[in-house]
Amino acid sequence: MSEFSYEIVIGLEVHVQLKTKTKLFCRCRTEFGNPPNTQTCPVCLGMPGSLPVMNKKAYFLSMRTALALNCGIPKFTKWDRKNYFYPDLPKGYQTSQFDLPMSEEGYLDIKSTKDEFEPRRVRIIRAHLEEDAGKSMHDEAAGKGDSRIDLNRTGTPLLEIVSYPDMRSAAEAKAYMQELRLLLTYLDVSDCNMQEGSLRCDANVNLHITTDDGVIATPIVEIKNMNSFRSVERGIEYEAKRQYDVWQETGKVLGELPKQTRGWDDSAQVTRSQREKEESADYRYFPCPDLVPVIVTDQQIEEVRQEIGELPSALRERLQNEFGLTVYTADVIVNQGLSLVEYYLELAAAAGDNKLAGNWVQGEVLRILNDQEIEIEDFPIDAGRLAELLKLVQAGDLDSSKAKDVFAAMLTSDSSAADVIKELGIEKVDEGALEALCQVLVERNQRIVDDVKSGNEKAVGALIGQAKKENPNVNPGQVRQICLEIINNL
Amino acid sequence: MSIIQKTATEQLALLNSGELTSVELTQAYLNQIEQVDGQVGAFLRVETESALAQAAAIDQKRATEAPLGKLAGLPVAIKDILCTKDTPTTCGSRMLENFQPPYNATVVEKIRAADGVILGRTNMDEFAMGSSTENSAYQTTQNPWDTARIPGGSSGGAAACVSADMAPLSVGTDTGGSIRQPAALCGCVGLKPTYGRVSRYGLIAFASSLDQIGPLARTVEDTALLLEVLAGHDPLDSTSVKQPTPAYSETVKQPLENLTLGVVDRHFGAGIDPEIETAVQSAIQVYESLGATIKHIAMPHADYGIATYYIIAPCEASSNLARYDGAHYGYRTDQAEVVAELAEDGSDEGPLVRMYRKTRSEGFGEEVQRRIMLGTYALSEGYYDAFYLKALKVRRLIRQDYDAAFEEVDMIIGPVTANPAFAQGEKTSDPMAMYLEDLYTVTANLAGVAGISLPCGFTSSGLPIGLQLQAAPFQEEKLLRAAQMYQAATDFHTRRPELS
Ligand SMILES: [Zn+2]
Repeated sequence: MSEFSYEIVIGLEVHVQLKTKTKLFCRCRTEFGNPPNTQTCPVCLGMPGSLPVMNKKAYFLSMRTALALNCGIPKFTKWDRKNYFYPDLPKGYQTSQFDLPMSEEGYLDIKSTKDEFEPRRVRIIRAHLEEDAGKSMHDEAAGKGDSRIDLNRTGTPLLEIVSYPDMRSAAEAKAYMQELRLLLTYLDVSDCNMQEGSLRCDANVNLHITTDDGVIATPIVEIKNMNSFRSVERGIEYEAKRQYDVWQETGKVLGELPKQTRGWDDSAQVTRSQREKEESADYRYFPCPDLVPVIVTDQQIEEVRQEIGELPSALRERLQNEFGLTVYTADVIVNQGLSLVEYYLELAAAAGDNKLAGNWVQGEVLRILNDQEIEIEDFPIDAGRLAELLKLVQAGDLDSSKAKDVFAAMLTSDSSAADVIKELGIEKVDEGALEALCQVLVERNQRIVDDVKSGNEKAVGALIGQAKKENPNVNPGQVRQICLEIINNL
Repeated sequence: MSIIQKTATEQLALLNSGELTSVELTQAYLNQIEQVDGQVGAFLRVETESALAQAAAIDQKRATEAPLGKLAGLPVAIKDILCTKDTPTTCGSRMLENFQPPYNATVVEKIRAADGVILGRTNMDEFAMGSSTENSAYQTTQNPWDTARIPGGSSGGAAACVSADMAPLSVGTDTGGSIRQPAALCGCVGLKPTYGRVSRYGLIAFASSLDQIGPLARTVEDTALLLEVLAGHDPLDSTSVKQPTPAYSETVKQPLENLTLGVVDRHFGAGIDPEIETAVQSAIQVYESLGATIKHIAMPHADYGIATYYIIAPCEASSNLARYDGAHYGYRTDQAEVVAELAEDGSDEGPLVRMYRKTRSEGFGEEVQRRIMLGTYALSEGYYDAFYLKALKVRRLIRQDYDAAFEEVDMIIGPVTANPAFAQGEKTSDPMAMYLEDLYTVTANLAGVAGISLPCGFTSSGLPIGLQLQAAPFQEEKLLRAAQMYQAATDFHTRRPELS
């Protein structure tokens, strides 16, 4: 069979656990990792007669997120029941939002730092609030073993953010997830821990294949269980190849097969059909009669909008345009999170050199954070202390290798840059003495002088080495410059 | 006159003057239950020990001159649909046979806080679905006026126990008429408050947008006293309304001046028992003689009440009752049987689905299963618009009918039921006939307005007849005062059934 080119079409449904102390409809705590069924009450256990009461904090965190995603906020929103039976859903329905979600029609811009794809605006259909289900751990095989249910997570507020099928590659999907996670972190609305499940992603994927008879679409598959950015990328790549092969084999196109749900198996690096979910479900949505609709005013929406600080995309632009950082440096700093940005801004202001501060944060500071696996909050040199060092570098009092020595020493002490310089015996060499030293070296090394004269400027490097032996405090750049001047004047 | 024949208000005076103790009063009711409940079957469980202990504690409190709550030692019977902490709450169902809630319903808390003594739990139709109390999984309840007849339902036990002097006060719930209809058939007073007036927290839901808890008693005054205890906003129920609770028991005896009552002509004529029609018409004349103006009003959409109700209520019920799946609490089918059955019939149904199926088939009675299926069907894809959505629209029209009516009149007056209590078993095989029992009552639930049923006569064979008054939302205070005007002018409420 001949090969055809195709385009991958991807839409993502992202579930974000909101950072509230208590659950969406009861006052149980939402902490992760406590012993099973210790964070429950009659409401989240679905006991007869218990009633839900909405946690306003969850609604306002959702609104903050939706506004940051450029969504519109309807003034009226309501709750609906999504009915289905499953042991981790004690009420037999999930309280969610069906036809009147709390927000709709927004977008998130993504771009590649490695030029893997053109910048893209991914449109968002809606973001709605719902309650999480519990966790069940069981043996899928019939008649074997007991199932265990942990309802600690039941009722945790979840914001479901649904995108349009606007992404065209696994790399774009991964970038969308990364940018979304970054945004959520800036908004401080979620822990965004994919391993713990506070950020979860399902992907709807199919292919548009260009055949000799025009473009056909393959049946849409929903991929679940992608618990890391890498698995989002791998899962979609695998699924695209699989769908292409299945199409080659069967010729089935969209509409000829029901929507299928497949789970990503990270250890085997394949997607597998999830049999029980294949039947087309009728969730019998209807408005939840136990909850009153939510009505908001323009003023409340405006207040929430005011809470939103500067977001990643705006910060990247500001660091480039106002601070003169390169696209790359601005990206690296912003993508690390708001605290590093704040550290950078403080450092740049104190040091009086935006670019130098940018290079140091992107270089030395980040290297230490990565090596020591710490956050900027735990970084031992505060911005003020580092700024003193940068001022010395900027004034030409320290060369970069000396500066790095001083920086290394400052990591393990509370001393100022100036004190460390004294401790290390680094002193600025008097210019007259330096010129005298260079004069001596030039006279001593006729061969190097000849090499330089014949056009090999690099040969002067040997003189720098000798100068450092004579006086470790010399600035290599200055030595080089002075020696070249002397030789050229000979 | 024995103490249990006195009204709750009279008993309260005796308790407060020290002529009566709560233990004496409670014991008198326990004795009456002992004597007559064998014939009536109003109680599913009598909580003798805890009732006497509560009564003793209240007497103790009175002895130390500590301030007492509004009920101050009066016994109260509770419908078995309201959760009481660490004691069985069955909802009349096998499904909850061994269920003990870990918490109290808000109204139970309120009764305890008001120093009420909880006597026991009254029988009801399973999950409040029924109009005769014959759908209880445990027992039938007999009408104290004729034990061959039903007491009405679903709060049949709640009404019968008051009628047979087994409790001075009783708490029921009303989803489509479940307080007013048994009150009418048993000859006592029953009030369905405005939706949102009383917290539903701890009321085991049948149809959440229609369910309301309300009081039953022998007199309007007693009803006012209990409503005053039950009502009030509850932060645990977001549908409960932030409205101050008037002191109903203090104002109930003040007659209303310039009262205008609305009569819906369609409530009379075809379908209504002539003796009931006569009794209700006489009651209207009583009001006229008391100075009330009678206006004829139209409720153009009332005819669709039953159809609308029997879509909305089952839809909500199908979802509310999904939680009874055997996974977490309540009845669960035998595990070994599930495995054996699956092995035998070779079905590819998983053990979980089979467990659900068997648990729910065995744990729910026929009427509950019927309504779950009706509701599931009406909410299904392709039917939702034609049934559920249409029903919501009609519901809004019915509410508009009420709004328009209350522009013209203070209250609507009419019958509670078309017929007096029917014979046990008479309608069990005809669900539609049973559903029509709610004809005059469901619209108040659909519109969320308040309604009261009070005795207004007897048939020639001695069966009680009820009069219904309905008032605009949160007008319970006026409703009670209007009812009291009638009761003060008549003596139907003083007659007692004769039980051997
Ligand atoms: Zn809880």
